[in-house]
Amino acid sequence: MARRWTAERKRKAAIKSIFSGYYVIFLLFIYGPMFAMFILSFQGRRGGTSFPMRGASLFWWNKLLEPSSVGDLKGALLRSVVLALIVMVITALFSTLFAMAFRKRFAGSGLLFYTIMTGIMVPGILLSLGMATLMKQVGISPAWWSTGLGVHVVWTLPFGFLVMMAVFNRFDSALEEAARDMGASEWTVFKEVTLPLITPGIVAAGLFGFTLSYDEFARTTLLAGENNTLPLDINASMTQRIRPTLFALGTASTLFSLLMIGLFLLVYTILYRRTR
Amino acid sequence: MARVVESQHRGLIGAQPSPPPELVEKKRRTRHEEGFPVGWLIAPGVAWLLLFLVIPLVSIIVFSFWTSTGHGMTADPTLHHYGEYFTTEGFFDPEADRFLGPSIFIKTLWSTFRFTLTVMFFCLLLGYPIAYFLAMQVQTFKWQMALFLLCMVPFWTSYLIRAVAWLPMLGRRGLLNSFLVSSGILEKPSSVLLYSEFGYTMALVQLYVVLCVGPIFFSLAKIDKDILEAARDMGASAFQIFREIIVPLSLPGVAIGMIFIFVMIMGEFATAVVVYGGKTSTVGTVILNYYAIANYPFAAVNALMLMIAMMIGVVIILRLVDIRSQL
Repeated sequence: MARRWTAERKRKAAIKSIFSGYYVIFLLFIYGPMFAMFILSFQGRRGGTSFPMRGASLFWWNKLLEPSSVGDLKGALLRSVVLALIVMVITALFSTLFAMAFRKRFAGSGLLFYTIMTGIMVPGILLSLGMATLMKQVGISPAWWSTGLGVHVVWTLPFGFLVMMAVFNRFDSALEEAARDMGASEWTVFKEVTLPLITPGIVAAGLFGFTLSYDEFARTTLLAGENNTLPLDINASMTQRIRPTLFALGTASTLFSLLMIGLFLLVYTILYRRTR
Repeated sequence: MARVVESQHRGLIGAQPSPPPELVEKKRRTRHEEGFPVGWLIAPGVAWLLLFLVIPLVSIIVFSFWTSTGHGMTADPTLHHYGEYFTTEGFFDPEADRFLGPSIFIKTLWSTFRFTLTVMFFCLLLGYPIAYFLAMQVQTFKWQMALFLLCMVPFWTSYLIRAVAWLPMLGRRGLLNSFLVSSGILEKPSSVLLYSEFGYTMALVQLYVVLCVGPIFFSLAKIDKDILEAARDMGASAFQIFREIIVPLSLPGVAIGMIFIFVMIMGEFATAVVVYGGKTSTVGTVILNYYAIANYPFAAVNALMLMIAMMIGVVIILRLVDIRSQL
């Protein structure tokens, strides 16, 4: 009996180690190319866009700082960040409002749900095309802070909305009812009971808004107007000869994304601990 | 009646056995007066979605019937662009005056679709074991979440840059080639890795596989472990448990993941340019090309056809699997 038990355990451990090994390989697959790019961004002055490394230098990183090499990089970065921040706020706000509405049944809730979800489903190129041709016809020139902002929120909203729906799924309405029974007004209930409990969710929804907007390319393609956002700038620099500068730019942008994700996770953890 | 029931249970939640389901249902329906009015909650979001989602999509449909003038379009209704879409270098070609097979644009749509299916297949093949590992093999919730987030991080970084990152991997002197040569699989470096269907597939799978890991992981994590235990006690083998319990219960997650990947890759165009060097045309690149030469109605026709193809695909997936249990 005991023997069968240990055999069973051994088999389970073996299966588990196979899966763990596969997980590591999987991580290599999804992170590997990025790491290769990180390393190659420190390529020596005479090196090319592939291995082997010919010395190591900051040559290509320095080139990044020169104004001429990749267009208006600083401006593009600034625009991307500002856009992402606005998208973050609007996404967090709208997804919270929508999720609060969906706690009740209302006429057209099914239709609204699918309309929100359409934002994920519609390829960026379709929205870009529809919006851009419409603007052309109306005679308004598109800009990253108007049309760009509009379609970015359409893309990020469903993600934030799903997060907030999940938050309210686990939400104990008894707490609110208790507050109401004790005579609190709707606004007080929201401010004192609901909001503190859902704040981690709002932060998570904001994270989706920020990072998805910061990296978005397809939806800005035809809608950014005269001034490029960072992904558009990166795309533009790819039409020229590809040099390690592009890798430095990619590395810098990725590190910034990772930094933001880390920051959000930190805030989330702190808030989450506090609500428990 | 409902009022009475409600007042009975007020303040006693948790202390009393839960009321019968039909009463709970009634109570839910009477709750509508609590909370903020729905209209105010949804008004700003609905306005936004109308302006930036519904109107652009509707205008694509409208513009597809307009007339192209060479540098813009006018509101004269015509089916000319649809005719062009279905006949250019294809069947009923008025110039060739004979049957030639599907038009070049339908061929592009079809090849985009076929290619998308290939990528979906590989994403499922690579992603499912990861989701299974996270949900079934990792024991503590904390580790599950940590390892899951580690998989999800690339999703929050730029896919354009991740596509660029494939260049040093796949090139003639790239890492993959040097690995293949040094391990003796290839004699000399192959140049078909980059700017080829192989490289394109690989890059897309890497870019999008995390999208199916998430939903599958969530549906697997929802499975009650007692069911698996019960099956084991009744003598089911590991494979039987997998085939008869785990797979059916994870299907909604699979469907959601597949829908994500399907719609994203059908509309894909940036990766095609980066990793494929623009040598192939997807529906996305066709749309952009016609936009660039200011033939907006024709771009709209292509976009509309893409939309229809995608809707058909999504409906098929939803018919095959009931995903409502996941919502």
